[in-house]
Amino acid sequence: MAKERIIPIGPYHPLLEEPEFFKFYVEGERIVDADVRVGYNHRGVEKLSESKTYDQATFLVERICGICSTSHPFAFVNAVEDVSAIEVPERALFIRSIIGDLERIHSHLLWVGLAGHFIGYNTVFMWAWKYREPVLDMFEIISGNRNHYGMFKVGGVRRDIKENDIPGLVKAIDEVEKFCTMLLKAVIDDPVIKARTQHVGILKQQDALDLGVVGPVARASGVDIDIRRDHPYAAYDRVDWQVITMKDGDIFSRTAVRLLEIIESTKIIRQCLKQMPQGAIAADVREIGRGEGVGQHEAPRGEVIHYIRANGSNYPERHKIRAPSFMNVPSFKKTVIGEQLADAALITAAVDPCYCCTERMAAVDVETDKVIYSGEELVRLSQQKTERLRGQ
Amino acid sequence: MRIDESLTNKFGQQIEVQGKSKRRLFLTVPKAIALEVCRFLKEELGARFSTISGVDTRSAVELLFHLPIDREHLVVTLRVPVAKPDLEMPTATGVYPAANWVEREIREMFGVNFLGHPNLQTLLLPDDWPAGVYPLRKHSYDSEIENTEREN
Repeated sequence: MAKERIIPIGPYHPLLEEPEFFKFYVEGERIVDADVRVGYNHRGVEKLSESKTYDQATFLVERICGICSTSHPFAFVNAVEDVSAIEVPERALFIRSIIGDLERIHSHLLWVGLAGHFIGYNTVFMWAWKYREPVLDMFEIISGNRNHYGMFKVGGVRRDIKENDIPGLVKAIDEVEKFCTMLLKAVIDDPVIKARTQHVGILKQQDALDLGVVGPVARASGVDIDIRRDHPYAAYDRVDWQVITMKDGDIFSRTAVRLLEIIESTKIIRQCLKQMPQGAIAADVREIGRGEGVGQHEAPRGEVIHYIRANGSNYPERHKIRAPSFMNVPSFKKTVIGEQLADAALITAAVDPCYCCTERMAAVDVETDKVIYSGEELVRLSQQKTERLRGQ
Repeated sequence: MRIDESLTNKFGQQIEVQGKSKRRLFLTVPKAIALEVCRFLKEELGARFSTISGVDTRSAVELLFHLPIDREHLVVTLRVPVAKPDLEMPTATGVYPAANWVEREIREMFGVNFLGHPNLQTLLLPDDWPAGVYPLRKHSYDSEIENTEREN
């Protein structure tokens, strides 16, 4: 009899990129305790980076995240340029800001779409993702890629934005702003979305400060931080825009912060496209030298911080990376305990940790210790709750 | 008053200030007063906690506390050398609760024991990871250089 061979796929779902395993302990419908396991996807990038040249490491760190792929190269080049005070040409600074904020738009739209799906509003999901497409098209025009743009290098950027493309890009960003303003109104004026998200999963301002959360999660809890304004880099201090904050700390505030940030990002991009000076797009960097440097970037999910120690060779002696979700994910204990199980999928997704987490959730009955809901069933539970609210 | 001046006024000779540029400040701080300096930076100067970087320097593990002061557009980095082989450091979670996961990560990657930490369980590495193996430590060739003879 012929032997059969089994190819194991998993424990990760092949579609998911950042698995986290949440365990919720419940009494009836109410969550009484929660636990999280991470590390399923620990790839040792920091160690790997020590064996890559500064040019190679830019590509390596771009592959840390698939959604906000430019966040890490951005912080990384800032850190390396900080080591030996490299002057980056003006035009490159503007191009960097354009890439950074286009990415914020598409990442936030992705989140809004998935949040809509979790609460059973598939129209929001379809709309948000439809309007995300033109943003990816803009990326394709600028970089040749819809994701993993490969635009960054130490000392500048790899590709210029062609003058011929600029009128088309300005028109495209105007369209994006129009669509997103419409989406913003549709989402924040909807009574059912309000009922599902207001006063749910609240992170109080003091807790946000204690836990050191960053990005839209912090700003929705009234913590007024934004690296683009507080530690100006690239061209963010040369254009006019606002930091969006809200004070309630619930899911509604987080949604509103993200949607309003999209509008601000369109302003940044439009101004950058128009004000971009002519000139070189990269400095000639021969060697990095010795020393240490810190680089930050306000990614769609918050502050990314990289630390580089250079030993005079072509390889970093040490490369430390801290992603924003590392600070945001631990906030779930404050937000989820005491809430209903039907809201759990949405609350844990509200920090935008990359969505796979919700697929890996399980609910455990406190008394029998049995798993009673899988991640998929939790999403269904959430959708049913919206249906009930709609019926009322 | 400038940040580096207020720090030297408060802690005097105990800290060594390396003003790298106008947006970066590096301070070397002995372990004994590290948390005191953290508390001063947080409460008096409004520093936020970003993260801690560990660096293996072979004789010690350096902990670099990255503490941005947003309103000053400044990132302060405290360099705290923790000597081998003890590698003990009081936890910063009392000053900055946000250090919780960060210290767990450093414990796994460098073997620094954070005294008084509420929960030093494994965070990122697999449960069956061998004890005493720290992936981000530098490989040491010292023993290979010292042993210059071998049996044939």
